[in-house]
Amino acid sequence: MRPTREITRSPAANGIGAFLSTTIGRLLVSLFVPAVTFLVLYQVFIFLRDTQIPQWITAIIAILWGVGGVLALFTISNYVIEQLGPAWRRRLIPFVFVGPALAILTWYLVLPTIRSFIASLYDARGINFVGLDNYIYAFTSQEMLQSYRNNFLFWMIFGTAMSVGFGLLIAVLVDRTHPVFETICKALIFMPMVISGVGASVIWKFIYEYRPTGANQIGLLNGIITALGFESQGWLLLQPWNNLFLVIIMVWLQTGYSMVILSAAIKGIPSDLLEAGRIDGANEFQIFRSIILPSIQGTLITVTTTIILFTLKIFDIVQSMTGGNFGTQVIANVQYVQLFRQVHNGRAAAIAIILLLAVLPVMYYNLRQFGKQTEAFR
Amino acid sequence: MTSTTFSAPRHRPRIRFGTVMVYVVMIAITLLWITPTIGLLVSSFRPADDVKTSGWWTVVTNPDTARFTLDNYRVVLGLPLPDRPAPTGGSRVGMEVALLNTLTVALPATIIPILIAAFAAYGFAWIDFPGRRALFILVVAMLVVPLQISLVPILRDYVALQLGGTYLGVWLAHTGFGLPLAVYLLYNYVSTIPRDIFESAFLDGATHFTIFTRLILPLSMPALASFAIFQFLWTWNDLLVALVFLGAEPRVQVVTQRLLSLLGQFGQDWHLLTSGAFVSMVVPLIVFFSLQRFFVRGLMAGSVKG
Repeated sequence: MRPTREITRSPAANGIGAFLSTTIGRLLVSLFVPAVTFLVLYQVFIFLRDTQIPQWITAIIAILWGVGGVLALFTISNYVIEQLGPAWRRRLIPFVFVGPALAILTWYLVLPTIRSFIASLYDARGINFVGLDNYIYAFTSQEMLQSYRNNFLFWMIFGTAMSVGFGLLIAVLVDRTHPVFETICKALIFMPMVISGVGASVIWKFIYEYRPTGANQIGLLNGIITALGFESQGWLLLQPWNNLFLVIIMVWLQTGYSMVILSAAIKGIPSDLLEAGRIDGANEFQIFRSIILPSIQGTLITVTTTIILFTLKIFDIVQSMTGGNFGTQVIANVQYVQLFRQVHNGRAAAIAIILLLAVLPVMYYNLRQFGKQTEAFR
Repeated sequence: MTSTTFSAPRHRPRIRFGTVMVYVVMIAITLLWITPTIGLLVSSFRPADDVKTSGWWTVVTNPDTARFTLDNYRVVLGLPLPDRPAPTGGSRVGMEVALLNTLTVALPATIIPILIAAFAAYGFAWIDFPGRRALFILVVAMLVVPLQISLVPILRDYVALQLGGTYLGVWLAHTGFGLPLAVYLLYNYVSTIPRDIFESAFLDGATHFTIFTRLILPLSMPALASFAIFQFLWTWNDLLVALVFLGAEPRVQVVTQRLLSLLGQFGQDWHLLTSGAFVSMVVPLIVFFSLQRFFVRGLMAGSVKG
């Protein structure tokens, strides 16, 4: 079946083939296919955006069109290239497979890194070159300085320490309980992980809400405080401690993550190692310090760096709880405000570059650990 | 790392004081952890006046005065109330519209990157071509780039292409931000599939495309599922990408955006906030409880999303 096609390949394809086998030709093909699909998809979506047909029909068309379009993209481009001769079929097929991914990555991440850097040297509307002005803003303005304090001190140090600390504590404790009990506890503690930052903020509004002392409290924390005879507090206005109250929301969300991963690591420690320690007369604390802790060190680093990354980019909890007011500003929120409310592209881009530089070393460390542990995925 | 589920294969039963303490502490922590969610759940079934004037815990402390209703859910989902018709126009909350929008964003934003990443993973793992290593390193290097980097330039492109406020624009953005991790994880999986499986297929004259669609995709299902759940929850819960690329038009807004604007007006809408938040959580919670095993596995691998 296959040899016949190679014999009967069309002569016209040879001319194109010669061109396509050059580097430029290959590059063009890898860009051509996504470009065509994109154009077709694009037209339909402009139509869908402006149309007045019922919303659920739009939704179904959109989903089918989007997913079907991508499938069609691969099938058609593969079919076209299958029709060509074996020599440059071999050269082009790789780009059918990796081309779309490379094109999208180039558009969404590779080029934006360069473009953001360039934009960070220009003014609000990207017209006049302003040199390092935006960086001077980013390192001297009151809101950014406040953001550094909040991001690094409250979110990164307190947030990460509490998430990892609680996660480790729970993982160690729950390992000693009955499997059914363990499963239930872990599922319930882990559950907040699937809740959005905005959803979590709504939940915690009912914890932190302030009503004057004497009035009926609807926030749980003030309910408890006033029942104990203390004055009710405006938790989200108490600077700088309000940051800590926001951080607790993140801890509530993220502890489940560190617990599950650390728990898996603890279960991976060979039983005989622990038994040997017990036979030697070590108490539970010594076993934890000298056997468990060293065994899960790699996992601990992964979990810690992952949560640090999360805290550096924290956005939705702050945006929905305080909007960055009352001394709770964070880097990602300043960027959002600069982008949309101030419409200052230069500053927004400069903040993005700073965020990239802050994330870079942590991410490098995280990936290095992660590379050693990818078996976790299988 | 074989045990990645919530089950506990290793168990050492010993009854003594320390063990009892462990149970007591764990029960306390677990109760502490679920109290906030229970508070929201209880509040969402209380009448509007009650939500605003008394704490949800009074349902437990003063059970006699407790009243329950489904009205909060009716209002946020645009259903008619017993005593008045469904609200229209500006007064409606429109959570049902937002739910549909979120589904329209999240489903393709999950499937498209996985499809593209699976193809790329196969290409990088099993097809030899010049520049393969360098390009793969480029893809993995993109893991370090936070998505904030692309907001300014991509927004500019979207204005030029009129892509702002379209589903396509949001899908592509989610695809771009999800791809590095997806390619990396799927590459790790696909590259370990034994070579023998391909050899015979090649000898039978199968093309890469046939091998990929007939052999690799089915074989990679566990890895695909793990990543899919992770990406789905990420796109479902996302706020920033939606705010930036979907815009403020209520017709296209997703649940997190609706919830955020409800939060902004919380002065009078406490009761709607509760049911609205719960509606936004239902799908992730269903996904979580039904697919826990896959979810946890995907999470272990997928913790480094940029």
